[in-house]
Amino acid sequence: MDLQTLTFIVVGITFAIYIGIAFWARASTTSEFYVAGGGIHPVANGMATAADWMSAASFISMAGLIAFFGYGGAVFLMGWTGGYVLLAMLLAPYLRKHGKFTVPEFIGDRYYSKAARVVAVVCLIVASVTYVIGQMKGIGVAFSRFLEVSYEMGLIVGMGIVFIYAVMGGMKGITYTQIAQYCILICAYTIPAIFISLNLTGNPIPQLGLGSMMSGTDTYLLDRLDQVVTELGFAEYTTTSRLGTLNTFVYTLSLMIGTAGLPHVIIRFFTVAKVSDARASAGWALVFITILYTTAPAVAAMARLNLHDTIQPAGGQNLVYDERPSWFRNWEKTGLLKFEDKNGDGRITYNADKATNEMVKVDRDIMVLANPEIAKLPNWVIALVAAGGLAAALSTAAGLLLAIASAISHDLLKGIFRPDITEKQELTASRVAMAGAIGLAGYLGFNPPDFAAGTVALAFGLAASSIFPALMMGIFSKRINKEGAIAGMIAGLTITLLYVFQHKGIMFIASTSYMGDMKPNWFMGIEPNAFGAVGAVFNFAVAYVVSMMTAEPPEHIQHMVEDIRVPAVADSATGH
Amino acid sequence: MSDNNTEIRKAYWQANLRLMTILLSVWFVISYLCGIVFVQELNAIRIGGYKLGFWFAQQGSMYGFVAIIFIYAKKMAAIDRKFGLHD
Repeated sequence: MDLQTLTFIVVGITFAIYIGIAFWARASTTSEFYVAGGGIHPVANGMATAADWMSAASFISMAGLIAFFGYGGAVFLMGWTGGYVLLAMLLAPYLRKHGKFTVPEFIGDRYYSKAARVVAVVCLIVASVTYVIGQMKGIGVAFSRFLEVSYEMGLIVGMGIVFIYAVMGGMKGITYTQIAQYCILICAYTIPAIFISLNLTGNPIPQLGLGSMMSGTDTYLLDRLDQVVTELGFAEYTTTSRLGTLNTFVYTLSLMIGTAGLPHVIIRFFTVAKVSDARASAGWALVFITILYTTAPAVAAMARLNLHDTIQPAGGQNLVYDERPSWFRNWEKTGLLKFEDKNGDGRITYNADKATNEMVKVDRDIMVLANPEIAKLPNWVIALVAAGGLAAALSTAAGLLLAIASAISHDLLKGIFRPDITEKQELTASRVAMAGAIGLAGYLGFNPPDFAAGTVALAFGLAASSIFPALMMGIFSKRINKEGAIAGMIAGLTITLLYVFQHKGIMFIASTSYMGDMKPNWFMGIEPNAFGAVGAVFNFAVAYVVSMMTAEPPEHIQHMVEDIRVPAVADSATGH
Repeated sequence: MSDNNTEIRKAYWQANLRLMTILLSVWFVISYLCGIVFVQELNAIRIGGYKLGFWFAQQGSMYGFVAIIFIYAKKMAAIDRKFGLHD
């Protein structure tokens, strides 16, 4: 059976499973599901959170970026896991105690202000739409490969499927579907990694294989990789930090803070049964995320090694272009892989020298999907990877779209501007908002500002600079008032957006960048993707200064802060 | 009663902040110090094929994060009960 047919079958089966579970779960219970995770064990909730959290950026894009960044790729690994520590200690238990359903709702309550709620909605929408652009890039790459069409065509098909998937709606809220999605995506990620690790090192555990010797030799895999890439003029794999220590530091911090500031993740902790469960749930979510995240560096290093070994077999001559393997031909069709025979010898030269390198385009986002083919794994494994990538991208895209839709219909319309609309009108508004968000993100996805993971990193920066500081100060300080919080959110978001837009273009349209994406123009050498942490510091500082210059929050707000700090409910009645 | 309760809450919050400070210090050391700032120095040490700094950045820090959250959850549950403020 050919690969394309097999892929359709595997993807079809997994979709049937999700839809089947959704119907089964719907039929067997009624309103309990909307009170959400209540009866669900923290382990199950953690697994569902992991599926919700890991997106096209984690699944499709991240290992490809690490493969080419080497050590520097660690910003994604540490950044997208370390944030759970902040979430578990600084936000989740207290937000759970407060017991509201959206992030803007909490900000509106704590800062006793509708204006604060509106500002929070704006911040949420800006960050989430940027995040969806990243998902669209990943979905476009996946569909273009498996339908064997151009990236643009793949993106259009992807937009259609995301729309249907998101409008089917409630599906996302059903934890069991997400558990199934987690199982599929983690199998799809680890099975090829186990095969490849076995092939290269004889050790089936990729995390250990990465630190082992190559089969049949006494050379460590990482040493061999360092040697292969440096001989071709690339930077050493295990030590290159891309843009220096300060940038790496700030980038990691930005992703961690952003993780703890993204509304669709925070919401997961509003629905656990108890405050103590919110803490444990964050731990379990991280366990399931870490399984993929510690595998990713092995996938990255092994994919890079296999890529070079295919094109430049050790001791042999470079690959003859006409004899290139089928994965090479297939990815060329998508336009994401390009070869140009500069020296006219009919062979592929791949090195770090721009003048002689003939692999003129190797899109980082194709690496994870191409990896099993490069390693010559069986077709069913390749088909499984496709299904896993789509599960990751679709579940997160749908979750984000729901967050955007609820912010517009629930927080803005119902909560503030049109409190009298009916439930049906609210639902219609949310569908329109969802369609609008898909259209906008898809349109911007034709020329994404960066690789999928880079685009998602921008979204984290925006969340880090706007939402996280307002939430954290709302819990840890009784003195921050509404003036301070509003000024802080606006200042943090504005400075980060200005910095990103001036380098990446207004609304990420590259031709409108007013300073160019040029290193000499970067503030202290910090790249736009990493700027969120600076924006967050700015947010904290502005909020503090403005609060000190204005009146302290009313007494009932200060009591509210005291209440959310303790898990016990009874004390709120006797405490004051 | 009201004063007493305020005292208990204040002590509880102090205990929470103390635990949080310790664990966030560990969080900072394993990621930002071992994985970024002192990565080159640690790379001089090797465990198997891994340079130690590289290992912290791409493996070790993540295992540490998981451990930190579970330690926090367990210790906080004990503190909740000690102050009689559990839910």
